Amino acid sequence: MTGAASNDPPASRPLRVVVATDCGSTTTKAILIEKIGDEYRQTYRGEAPTTVEAPFEDVTRGVLNAIAEIEELSGRKILDGDRILTPCKDDKTGVDLYISTSSAGGGLQMMVTGVVQNMTGESAQRAALGAGAIVIDVLASNDGRLPHEKIERIRTMRPDMILMSGGTDGGAVTHVVEMAEYIAAAEPRPRFGATYKLPLIYAGNKAAQGQVQKILGDRTALVMTENIRPVLERENLGPARHKIHDLFLEHVMQQAPGYKKLMEMTGAPIMPTPAAVGLIMETIAKREQINLIGVDIGGATTDVFSVFDGTFNRTVSANLGMSYSVSNVLAEAGLANIMRWVPFTIDEQTLRNRIKNKMIRPTTIPQTLDELQIEQAIAREALRLALIHHKSLATALKGVQQERTISDVFEQQTSGKTLIDMLKLDLIVGSGGILSHAPRRVQAMMMMVDAYEPLGVTRLSVDSIFMMPHLGVLSTIDEKAATDVFVRDCMVYLGTCVAPIGQGKVGDRCADYEITFPDGRVVTDHLKFGDLRLYPLGVGEQATVTVRPVKGVNLGAGSGTPMTKTVHGGVVGLLLDGRGRPLQLPADQQARISLLTTWYQAVGLYPSL
Amino acid sequence: MAHSYTPGLTVTDQTVVRRVRQLPLQGTVLVKEGDLVLATQSVARAELPGKVYPLNLANQLGAAPNEIKDYLVKREGETVHKDEVLAENKPFFKWLKTEIRSPVTGTVESISTVTGQVLLREPPRVLDLLAYVDGRVVEVRPQQGVTVECVCSLVQGIFGVGGEAYGEIVTAVEAPDRSLTPDRLTVEMKGKVVVGGSFLSAETMAKAKEIGVAGLVVGGIHDQDLRALLGYDLGVAITGSEQVGFTLILTEGFGAIPMAAKTFAVLASHAGAMASISGATQIRAGVIRPEIIIPLNGGRSTVNRSATQTREGIQPGDLVRIIRDPLFGKIGRVSALPSELRKIQTESEVRVLEVRFDDGSTVVVPRANIEVIEGA
Repeated sequence: MTGAASNDPPASRPLRVVVATDCGSTTTKAILIEKIGDEYRQTYRGEAPTTVEAPFEDVTRGVLNAIAEIEELSGRKILDGDRILTPCKDDKTGVDLYISTSSAGGGLQMMVTGVVQNMTGESAQRAALGAGAIVIDVLASNDGRLPHEKIERIRTMRPDMILMSGGTDGGAVTHVVEMAEYIAAAEPRPRFGATYKLPLIYAGNKAAQGQVQKILGDRTALVMTENIRPVLERENLGPARHKIHDLFLEHVMQQAPGYKKLMEMTGAPIMPTPAAVGLIMETIAKREQINLIGVDIGGATTDVFSVFDGTFNRTVSANLGMSYSVSNVLAEAGLANIMRWVPFTIDEQTLRNRIKNKMIRPTTIPQTLDELQIEQAIAREALRLALIHHKSLATALKGVQQERTISDVFEQQTSGKTLIDMLKLDLIVGSGGILSHAPRRVQAMMMMVDAYEPLGVTRLSVDSIFMMPHLGVLSTIDEKAATDVFVRDCMVYLGTCVAPIGQGKVGDRCADYEITFPDGRVVTDHLKFGDLRLYPLGVGEQATVTVRPVKGVNLGAGSGTPMTKTVHGGVVGLLLDGRGRPLQLPADQQARISLLTTWYQAVGLYPSL
Repeated sequence: MAHSYTPGLTVTDQTVVRRVRQLPLQGTVLVKEGDLVLATQSVARAELPGKVYPLNLANQLGAAPNEIKDYLVKREGETVHKDEVLAENKPFFKWLKTEIRSPVTGTVESISTVTGQVLLREPPRVLDLLAYVDGRVVEVRPQQGVTVECVCSLVQGIFGVGGEAYGEIVTAVEAPDRSLTPDRLTVEMKGKVVVGGSFLSAETMAKAKEIGVAGLVVGGIHDQDLRALLGYDLGVAITGSEQVGFTLILTEGFGAIPMAAKTFAVLASHAGAMASISGATQIRAGVIRPEIIIPLNGGRSTVNRSATQTREGIQPGDLVRIIRDPLFGKIGRVSALPSELRKIQTESEVRVLEVRFDDGSTVVVPRANIEVIEGA
């Protein structure tokens, strides 16, 4: 028997103890949050293999196993057989709330359709990605595929859900109706559950709703919502995203093995993992009023989140990851791009075999230093490629007329310019095993700095033990609890990177700088091209940095213009990066290895053997 | 109670496997519960809907979408043959006549007066679902499929390419550490499952294809040779639908690695017997590994069920394979399971175990870097 959590609305009783799980595709991670004094802290964690697939086919088994590990570690009794004890009975029994996120079974897989690929097609993609989905294909009237190819594609893919968009309200209906006819002809079937109808959200031209209803009403579980692009100049993604969440719970989750039971156990709706991470990212950006990029690099996929000037975007690079998809990073980045970060030589055949062996045995860990260096080199490339992907989709609306003044004549900008401005970026948040569990924190910092090449002054942090999904869903119930844990236990501030833009010969002067540390100590020096310098500046400490770049070098205030800023410390410190932007490595192998070795030693990246 | 997860591959002389045979869509089950079936026997059948061909008649006839019904010769639901007239206009002058002929044989599925589009569907294709293994039908799911139980010897590989195949087992090398070179393959191996040793090269694969072997089972190959075989760089390990001329199964991994002695011995002891093999690999939660199933007595012997129980955690004495460099591919037995975390060269603190090799030497490795050879 599986017990439900108490039926009391969670908000009606004070929260003292919360247990939260994230059901990942491989591992179910549980954390315990307790109120200690006036603040909430994450106290214990447990994990167990996810049990969505055969032979268990019941996600709650993995959940109960992960919670049982917390029970063992904490001495708190949380389970009564298959039941979670709620609410808290005393200091050692029960929890007040149980919540969960899920990306098990491949997450929420969606297919989206639009009329014009880079207009409604992209809007639909953004709506689905923002709701935490993996978009398995974008079909559009002008995507270059012949009609029968589109139908074949719809038929062979087995999405959990389809989002249809197309046309502005009151515009032509023909193309969007045509797409509905293709979908009807393909008779798409859902991934789970042979007998239920595929959920389909129509969020296109409202004038076509009647026709779409007629064509697809009987064949799919059709839901109508507001147009995601009511006029060309405006996106309206909220209603479609909400419908995606509703249908995810009503249809998709109901079909996945054991989720019906899990839904009964939780005190709040189950959220797709990336949607919960997105929520916490948005919350940080709003609270601190900053622009940020967040990344979650997993075994199979890399999710990138950004908030710039209040606009949230999320992308998922479905085949860039560190284990299941590691071989695909090699295929996409190419061997030379991976090897440029490795400070030794290795023959191609050995490296290829090693990467494939990691792909087929994804749970193995680097045992030697050279293996660790290779994995971190691959991570740099996965992070870099995922950001390129994100930049291409996190854009202003395309196809929209822009007003131009005479001053714009010399600055030709196309519509749909990326919103990601690295100079305006305040914070990078890293998450995922390779970043969170790097043996030295400076390794996580350097992976992100090398992959993202931040410009000017940028702060960096990592998620300590991957608890952002849990906190995302908790923030929907109790924002204080989520914020407390986020600040105290989740975020590990690494420090700040100061990187001038410009290039020069290694050894030439790049900038002069002056650092005033919190104890009043002042360091004055000059930064040369090719230099990488690390100054200790602890967690919670701040320093004032004045940088005077040479002519042709820019820190955000303009070429050769000095800049003074207060910078934050962290477990790594203050990094001055004089390697130039864009970052270029010598083509000659020996020169490259020698330069990498110098950099790595300068920041103490690896132990010396 | 949670257990630390240790991946494992089964290599055993006798076990019971159940294979679910599922139609991709509803159809007819052709066997009954309790029936004895052969691997190549059809157990269920379905009609796959034919391909759909859209034709925009409004565009082709230069007519408005809501007028196209006036031009159609065929109505919804009617059959049509390839090149048969589907629609035509009736101009005053005969030479202005336009005829639209059907590009396929099939039926008129739908006519849209909004888009002016007609959808034609080709006739359905019959799909026969085979039993895959010799054995007994133990479950029938009406209209969906069956489960076949087979008493067999089982060898799980780590990675494969290609789908299900059947053939007689033949060993082409004398020892598990020998390479399978092209000269070891002979024309008599056509349609058979050839067992090699440590490695096979691109040349051996080319020869195997030329001869027409059903399957190749070997310790390892080079990634570069896999790329040449597939014609692309495999990014994610989801395989089973490749058409490369044979089914390939690796028992150890990538590189030249001797096949585990036990694996080789099990396969060699069944030389001459028929085997069902599959290269399908999916390395995500719900792992699918390639396999070689050798039915014993038509798959219907009885077996001690306790032998097939799920393993619980790793134990001293377990036969294990090291699955990460620098000792990748070495096989030994667990000699100690220290519970405290140990700092390794990378500075990570991890759970470790001690492995003793046949020569008596021991090594300490992270627990994450071994896999159990099950069925030992």
